[in-house]
Amino acid sequence: MTTLTWSRRSRRFGLNALGILVALITLFPILYMVSTAFKPATEIYSLTPHPVPRHPTLANFRAVLNGSTVGHPYWTFLANSLFVTLIAVAASSLIALLAAIAIARFRFRFRTTYLIMLLIVQMLPQQALVISLYIDYRSLNVLDNLLALAVVYTAFAVPVTIWMLRNFVAAVPREMEEAAAIDGAGPVKVFWRILLPLVAPGLVATSVFAFIFAYNEFIFALTFLLTDNAHFTLPLFVQYFYSRNGADWGGIMAASTLFTIPVLGFFLLIQRRLAAGLVAGAVKG
Amino acid sequence: MVRTVHDQPGRGAPLPSPAGPTTQRPAQTPRQRAITWIRRHNAAPYLLLLPSVVVIGALVLWPTVQIGIFSFQNYGLPQITGALPTQWVGFANYTQILHDSEFWLSLRISLLFALVVVPLTLITGTLVGLLLSRLGPKMRTFVSSAAMLAWATPAVSASVIFVWLADPDGGIVDWTLTKLPHWLGGGAHWAGFSWTNSALPAYTLLTVLLVWTGFPFIAVTVLAGLRTIPAELHESARVDGAGGWRIFRLVTYPLLKPIFLVLLLLSIIWDFGVFTQVYIVIGELGNRDEYNLGIYEYSKAFQMPPAYGFASALAFVLTIVLLIITVGYVRASVKQGAVQ
Repeated sequence: MTTLTWSRRSRRFGLNALGILVALITLFPILYMVSTAFKPATEIYSLTPHPVPRHPTLANFRAVLNGSTVGHPYWTFLANSLFVTLIAVAASSLIALLAAIAIARFRFRFRTTYLIMLLIVQMLPQQALVISLYIDYRSLNVLDNLLALAVVYTAFAVPVTIWMLRNFVAAVPREMEEAAAIDGAGPVKVFWRILLPLVAPGLVATSVFAFIFAYNEFIFALTFLLTDNAHFTLPLFVQYFYSRNGADWGGIMAASTLFTIPVLGFFLLIQRRLAAGLVAGAVKG
Repeated sequence: MVRTVHDQPGRGAPLPSPAGPTTQRPAQTPRQRAITWIRRHNAAPYLLLLPSVVVIGALVLWPTVQIGIFSFQNYGLPQITGALPTQWVGFANYTQILHDSEFWLSLRISLLFALVVVPLTLITGTLVGLLLSRLGPKMRTFVSSAAMLAWATPAVSASVIFVWLADPDGGIVDWTLTKLPHWLGGGAHWAGFSWTNSALPAYTLLTVLLVWTGFPFIAVTVLAGLRTIPAELHESARVDGAGGWRIFRLVTYPLLKPIFLVLLLLSIIWDFGVFTQVYIVIGELGNRDEYNLGIYEYSKAFQMPPAYGFASALAFVLTIVLLIITVGYVRASVKQGAVQ
């Protein structure tokens, strides 16, 4: 039983080798970014590039962290990014949850219209809308205002969050809510005690997309945060650094590493949990 | 939200309860009164939707309408500072577009780029998806996680990484190309080759970058689709003597056709409208020969002197093109039963 035929074993070997090759090619740019960030300048501009730094240094990271690169330390931009991202994630999750309940639990007029509107809105090009939003924000005098930027991020994260969250709400058995209501719980109590705890894992999963969108967003930040680079978010900082010191690849890659690796780590963590949740669901049937 | 006895106030006498007869409803608190009002008018879904409608309406839909309005005006620097009033100019901005060679060049770049990148991304993603479906569980997790890391890499980071890989001084791409044998197109002439200074090399680099970013989503979606196909179908096809390509063409593809259609339309929308990666790879707005439609429109609005009216007309054209493709996407989604 256990003996595999030669051809079958070699085919599995071939597939695994192909899989490893695909993974390595895919990971190469990310690994090369990290490796460059640890290289001293002499190795970066050497005529024969090496994949791994031979004399690793922290100098690039130090320069990015203490702010000698663009005048502000990395922490300033991290704080700006976290501020904008967390507001956008919290606000869009709350708004989307309410809408998802309406879609999953009610039949009403314009429901299909609303759903189609959600699909269309996600496809509108941001580089087009940025023109009128810039003009509106300029007249409201809230350019350069991180809270105002977070409001735009909220609006653009809401449609996709609703779209995914409605399935999680629909998956909560209606009978549980009905039982609670028969026991005398009002709709608000049913929401807090029954629905919210059961939808929470879905809320975490969908908020990942709002997080990635707001943390990575570039066009609005580029257009709105023009005057004061102390207000820059991380993607804008990396681009600004690159456009000013285009030759300092060690520094640029260090900045880019500090910006990218936390998202990737966060994503891997969540992804594993998501996969585990899927498997658990399958076992329970 | 939930149906309770109170839902039907006209349903007759209250049920006798074992604790004795209940008195008629006591005076309601304001909160209870609000709940009753919402129930009676079936207002709950609309109230729940209200916040989302407000933010989407104010920050996405209204700005789209504004783009349309500005595109019929002579909105520029004197208008935004208030020095001069805005004037309606009819279709002047649109006729200017038709006679603008830069518009046609940028449109051609956008179209050609989508024409190349979309099929490449779909093919790469499908091949990796098929590979994933044949790997063992551990290997599959490893490869798909690696792929999803490429997908999750921020556009700004991915762009600066690829510019660095293709840097003329010290970049690994030019170095590799000089070391390649002649018959593979390698040679010393690649030393110091700049990938970002003119349109063709820049968009070649962008093609690799966008395929790298885009294929994981395709691969994972195709994998999810493949797992809905019963294994017996493939097995019986194989027993009947069908090879890999025939199985894909006759069994897999027809079953996954709706998924492929959605992926195709999404890829067109993304690659036609790509902005951030292009902005960084071509070095901001310096080289006009390398603009795609989105960058050209942006440069008209945000380079001195700003021409918001003309840029809005360009933005409106871009939006309309994308909306036409979106109509197909919506129809495909409705057909698949996603709008329920």
